[in-house]
Amino acid sequence: MKPHTLSILVENKAGVLSRVTGLFSRRGFNIESLAVGPCEEPDMSRITIVAIADDEKVEQIMKQLNKLIDVIKVSDLTGNPRVERELALIKVTAEVGTSRAEIMQIAEIFRASIVDVSPKSLILQVIGDTEKIEAMETLLRQYGIKEFVRTGTVGILRGTKAQQGNK
Amino acid sequence: MKTGAKILVESLQREGTEIIFGYPGGVVLPIYDELYDSSLRHILVRHEQAAAHAADGYARASGRVGVCLATSGPGACNLVTGIATAYMDSIPIVALTGQVPTNLLGNDAFQESDITGITMPITKHNYLVKNAADLGRTIQEAFYIAGTGRPGPVLVDIPKDVSTSSAKDVALPEKVTLRGYNPTYHGHKRQIEKALQLITDAENPVIYAGGGVILSNASAELVTIATELGIPITTTLMGLGAIPGDHPLNLGMLGMHGTEYANFAITECDLLFAIGVRFDDRVTGKTETFAANAKIIHIDVDPAEIGKNKHVDVPIVGDVKAVLTDMLTCLKKQGGHDTWIKKIRHWKQHHPLKCPDDGRLHPQYIIRQMSELLGGDAIIVSEVGQNQMWTAQHFCFKNPRTWITSGGLGTMGYGLPAAMGAHFARPDLPVFDVAGDGSIQMNIQEFGTIAAENIPVKIAILNNRFLGMVRQWQELFYDRRYSFTELPPVEFVKIANAYGIEGIKVESPDDVKSALQASLDCNGPFVIDFRVEREENVFPMVPAGCAINEMIGGHPQ
Ligand SMILES: Cc1ncc(C[n+]2csc(CCOP(=O)(O)OP(=O)(O)O)c2C)c(N)n1
Ligand SMILES: [Mg+2]
Repeated sequence: MKPHTLSILVENKAGVLSRVTGLFSRRGFNIESLAVGPCEEPDMSRITIVAIADDEKVEQIMKQLNKLIDVIKVSDLTGNPRVERELALIKVTAEVGTSRAEIMQIAEIFRASIVDVSPKSLILQVIGDTEKIEAMETLLRQYGIKEFVRTGTVGILRGTKAQQGNK
Repeated sequence: MKTGAKILVESLQREGTEIIFGYPGGVVLPIYDELYDSSLRHILVRHEQAAAHAADGYARASGRVGVCLATSGPGACNLVTGIATAYMDSIPIVALTGQVPTNLLGNDAFQESDITGITMPITKHNYLVKNAADLGRTIQEAFYIAGTGRPGPVLVDIPKDVSTSSAKDVALPEKVTLRGYNPTYHGHKRQIEKALQLITDAENPVIYAGGGVILSNASAELVTIATELGIPITTTLMGLGAIPGDHPLNLGMLGMHGTEYANFAITECDLLFAIGVRFDDRVTGKTETFAANAKIIHIDVDPAEIGKNKHVDVPIVGDVKAVLTDMLTCLKKQGGHDTWIKKIRHWKQHHPLKCPDDGRLHPQYIIRQMSELLGGDAIIVSEVGQNQMWTAQHFCFKNPRTWITSGGLGTMGYGLPAAMGAHFARPDLPVFDVAGDGSIQMNIQEFGTIAAENIPVKIAILNNRFLGMVRQWQELFYDRRYSFTELPPVEFVKIANAYGIEGIKVESPDDVKSALQASLDCNGPFVIDFRVEREENVFPMVPAGCAINEMIGGHPQ
């Protein structure tokens, strides 16, 4: 079992997200992460779902997704050269004069930006793949993470090939 | 300008709807008002579940889309079992529900329930219509989706204000196009060639045919292929009628209550040609041993069914009729598989289905008498349980769409309302509901509908005063501990009479024939209360999880 990144092009209609996610839970899949938003076509949206399962199960869920009338195209990006990114916002305890400098150093190494500063905490914004974000989280934990929020992974194939809306 | 209700009724007529089964209520009042002087026929059922089953029975018998209508909240929720039944067996119905006005949606308004949310996992698709102007297009799409590809139920939820508000007539396209829905009809040429090669190479081939053959009206093609190539056919519960029961190549049903010879043939075959089936667990038993020595070809219109439960060597995605037709054009007639056919003939001779003959009233005997009397020119509907399995085993079906049963969901209470629907699809044929005493009481209120509309459905109750199929499992696997499966005696004829329906009670095998004849001679509905042997079992039987050749209640090998 390994994580699969599925890119799902859907009609931009009410209820589509619950049709898609409902299918995952009904067929016994756990969704690791989910990201959804508008895409290159104004009346479509693209959902990226990361789920951990064996290849056969993923094939079955893709076929089931394809059966949804509002799903236009489903691709498994896994195994293809691709770019995957996630954005995280991390609120870390950082009292003035204590660990602040260390935290800012870590931020620099991860090319994270500091997007909010208050007397007792900092908010870091980091962009990267899941591994990078989790590495950063691990490093920051010792200082005290007050809140951690992630967008979920989005992914896209490298090169000119693109997912297009004809099933 | 037209009201939504008018647009709805006109759209139904545009789709060729001639009859709808329904039950009124608050938010569908505008629709009912429109139906009042419409030429659309409406049958008032006594429970919305029956409306859904009747639409389903109509669809199965006719091959067309069935329609039912219910009010919001409790009405819509009562449709749910019927919709799920249609979904599991891929039956095209359009279920129309009223909904609270759009400004109250999500408000827990009186009789509001989120029926599109509730039915999401049991419909092929569903809609909540927000504007009268969208109604025409939505109904057109609903029928298209329900009836094409792998068929299935579609629900359209219509808020009250959408029915009452007015909209301009919108021109509808000749053909529906949906970019997210493009079923594949024609099989891949290369795959078809590969399949034909496997068939040519096989020595012991078997065709395993299911409901998909019936749904795509491909029985003739199926029988032609089998005959040309000399391949025996076994069918699933849903596939009965795809090949005449008395055809020399027919092996009857396979699986849990299949014939011994069908299950032997599957176990020993070297090629399994699966057509419009889904390798359900009631068919395969233990999947690892199911056709373990065979290469598998699988035709199905739904790609998700291929390889779902069992590895397939040659998948062919496409409509069964289209694929078989293409196959027939490049078929080379083949010498019969003589040794194999001989072996099967031997099994058939030495392992027939049993029908006890000891002077007592056995259910199998009743079904055989029915079969003899009707000779295939009838529609047989069943309830669920032993009654269903005995009918599947002992009735000799001659034609597709003459056997109507809830296979996938196994819904008790399905039979009577489905029989009503079937009657309107085929008024030229007698319609029988073979019932159990438990099942019939799940929708017995429909006696009211068949009486009021004089629907000539004949109800043959195999009355064993048990939830027989469950009792059988208790006998075999729970040490005869009959926990809550015994039913107190009921005088069904008296219930029938109270509704104004004729009926007779039968207690001896000598009276079976005359009772059946009496039911046929009666112009209206008729009830026969057969007091059968109480603890009769359905055999052979493959215990759950066993290999299908490990049957109990068969003949010694
Ligand atoms: C709605 C529903 N509830 C429960 C069951 C489980 N069940 C399957 S068969 C059966 C017994 C059916 O009894 P009856 O209709 O008398 O038929 P028999 O088996 O006695 O012929 C039951 C309870 C079911 N299939 N459907
Ligand atoms: Mg019974």
